[in-house]
Amino acid sequence: MTRRLLKPLRVCIALAFFLPTVLLFLDIWEIGIRAVAGKLLFFQFVPSAFKFLNHPAAGAAGFIVVLMITLVFGRVYCSAICPFGIFQDLVSRLFSNRAKTRDRKRRSARTKYSPPRSILRYTVLMATLLLLFSGSGLLLNLLDPFSSFGRILSNLFRPLVIFLNNLGTPLAEATGIHTLYRVQWPVFAQVSLGVALATLGTVGWMSVRHGRLYCNTLCPVGTLLGLASKFSLVKINIDIGSCRSCGRCQQVCKAGCIDVKTKSVDVSRCVSCFNCLSACPDQAMVFRSDFQSSFQPNDQSNHESDRQTRQGKDAVRDRRNFVLALAAGTLGMAASRAHAASESLPVQAKPTTIPENKTNPLSPPGSVNIARYTSICTACHLCVSACPSRVLVPSVFSFGLSGMMQPRMDFNAGHCNYDCTVCSNICPSGAIQPLSKSEKQRTQVGVAKFIKENCVVYTDNTNCGACSEHCPTKAVHMVPYLNAAGRKLVIPEVDETICVGCGGCEHACPTKPFRAIYVDGNPKHKTAQKPKEKKMETDTGEDFPF
Amino acid sequence: MDKMDRMNRRDFLKKTIGGGIAAGSTLVFPGVEKLLAAQQGAAYDLVAVRGGGPDRMFDAAIASLGGMQTFVPRGSRVLVKPNIGWDVPPERGGNTHPALVGRIVEQCLAAGAKEVTVFDHTCDNWRRCYTNSGIEAAVKAAGGKMVSGDSEGYYKSVSVPQGQRLKEAKVHEALLNADVFINAPVLKHHSSSMVTIGMKNLMGVVWDRWYWHRNDLHQCIADFSSFRKPDLTVVDAYNVMKRNGPRGVSVSDVVSMKAQVVSLDPVAADAAGAKLFGSDPMDIRHIEIASRMNLGQMNLEKLSINRIKI
Repeated sequence: MTRRLLKPLRVCIALAFFLPTVLLFLDIWEIGIRAVAGKLLFFQFVPSAFKFLNHPAAGAAGFIVVLMITLVFGRVYCSAICPFGIFQDLVSRLFSNRAKTRDRKRRSARTKYSPPRSILRYTVLMATLLLLFSGSGLLLNLLDPFSSFGRILSNLFRPLVIFLNNLGTPLAEATGIHTLYRVQWPVFAQVSLGVALATLGTVGWMSVRHGRLYCNTLCPVGTLLGLASKFSLVKINIDIGSCRSCGRCQQVCKAGCIDVKTKSVDVSRCVSCFNCLSACPDQAMVFRSDFQSSFQPNDQSNHESDRQTRQGKDAVRDRRNFVLALAAGTLGMAASRAHAASESLPVQAKPTTIPENKTNPLSPPGSVNIARYTSICTACHLCVSACPSRVLVPSVFSFGLSGMMQPRMDFNAGHCNYDCTVCSNICPSGAIQPLSKSEKQRTQVGVAKFIKENCVVYTDNTNCGACSEHCPTKAVHMVPYLNAAGRKLVIPEVDETICVGCGGCEHACPTKPFRAIYVDGNPKHKTAQKPKEKKMETDTGEDFPF
Repeated sequence: MDKMDRMNRRDFLKKTIGGGIAAGSTLVFPGVEKLLAAQQGAAYDLVAVRGGGPDRMFDAAIASLGGMQTFVPRGSRVLVKPNIGWDVPPERGGNTHPALVGRIVEQCLAAGAKEVTVFDHTCDNWRRCYTNSGIEAAVKAAGGKMVSGDSEGYYKSVSVPQGQRLKEAKVHEALLNADVFINAPVLKHHSSSMVTIGMKNLMGVVWDRWYWHRNDLHQCIADFSSFRKPDLTVVDAYNVMKRNGPRGVSVSDVVSMKAQVVSLDPVAADAAGAKLFGSDPMDIRHIEIASRMNLGQMNLEKLSINRIKI
């Protein structure tokens, strides 16, 4: 009976991964879940692969573990670890239950055997890898399940949570509960919102109508693991002898990979959900190794041997594909790294039209340089969700078409807190490398530039100093300003050597529509000098000056 | 109905404690306030203390003013507004000392306050400011309530009748709902206004600070001070940031002054703070403007001052 327990076990593991992962993105109250983000996201395939390829270390080897698990048990990843896969199961469960009473046809469509769409899935995988090979991760970023789901959570569900929170706060306060507080809206990122909506619509529709169709056509991770799972030690299979062709397994198979007519299972599309094991009344669905099955006494029919030969041919072809894909993938990733290393200039997105004359966008501290950052970031938007200062926002084309949706620092939205290292320590792909507080405080992501003619001190002959107020290093400091009005005025001056580019000055600058001080990004981050400290004599006076 | 009751009670309280309407009359008759202060039992206009911890100095100051119940009637709702603008620890002097804020909250509750609320519209990330300033922990330990100032939804539009440049502002509801308002700024250097004390601290109860900076900062500071006079201003000058203000770069910007100024008159409190800092109040333009607008007395010689050394 242990095989029947595999499904509940899968469900438990899936929820254990899914719920905290969702909370990572939706925790607007900062309850502390993000401290375990590294451990929680260790297995996420694409981010982990990027992290490992850029900095091979045991802590980044999650994707290798996933590959090994797949080679033993099949695509367990897709049903138990991948949050997007689990999300699709939830969606189809929610809607198919309703559909059961309303529309039988729809339910049967979802669970009918469907032929593999091999041309599509291998083309998508190849295109993804080739594009990566040529230096653009855009397609991968658009299709990667973790990042896609992250964007859905960050761009669609998070605003919803904020909305509900802000709706509930006054109600809670009216009843005497003061633990809730209002939360500011994130910056409206149209492109990311649109992509997230489109992804949710497409994949949601696919999962309602066709179960795990996305996982077996568009998802590059699903296709890759599908190839690997063909060689897995233990597979789902039908014990021909015990099967009475009742078709219950087929009804519960979300991948549509069980064909009762031929009594065969397309392992490459099986997401190891184990539903069929629980559904089979005759224990004809088995989860065992080929080795075991070859010793299994079977009355071979002609039909059966046909099937075996066909499967054999499939296996040879798929093996060839797999090796090819793996080789291309490795090459592609290696090349994209080389690409990142060789390029010294930033990805210049568009000609600058803003009067502040920003020549470069700002990548977060820890991203080292823009080229490196944009070649690794999968645009999962976890840092956007986690940034306490809301300064990280999804870009549109700041980093070029290929860098679409990758987060940039937007000083209209906020400024980077001097002591904060949240983004660098939460990034699952290593695009933003971990920084200690002291390292972060020396990382110069950009440099403040002052436009005197825009400054309110110059135009209005009044004091302001908002920029210098916010400056954590006093790179922006105030110096006496001679003026026609004869007032005691001070005006900003920038010491670029100690500026870290946090954007406090730009965020605080009140002039409209163009700021008098702004931060221009460093395509390669530099190290700022430490602000000089001079000891001050202690005031030991005990008298009153009045 | 409840609102009417509250309004009546507030008006009553204001008459009693020399805020609100009394403040209005002081505009016409400077000096009336001093009279009122004497009437209500406060022996001095201003108390300055040196040499103790922030909490002990406050105890001494408030005792010499007749105790907290002079300012906080039983059942009242109190707002304490410290400076929590920056994500820095107490020793950096960027925020009001947590021990002082905690003690003010304790004293208010001991005097019979129904509720003591504390908040600031911070410059750095508000959660980090609340935590790392030590103020949230101190307020909670004292039995007060920390509320967020980080969302526009908390702020309501009000007009500033006497304002010259600042005619309207969005003000946090915690101030609008408060019966008693205690301003608890920290004394420190400021990059453009030389020093920041009490009136400047009120920038933290409005939503749009950018407007102030854009429209003659000092005039706006003085303008807003006419909106609601604090019933008490407590200037924390225990750790004083002497340069690189208002955020500061390191502890080397800070000197240990161990001083405190408590006053019913916000302009006098700022004038005394400026003098402790080593500046002439006349040089701090918003103090000078506020004095011209009759919002208080900047000439300390005209006030009765109690000087306490611990």
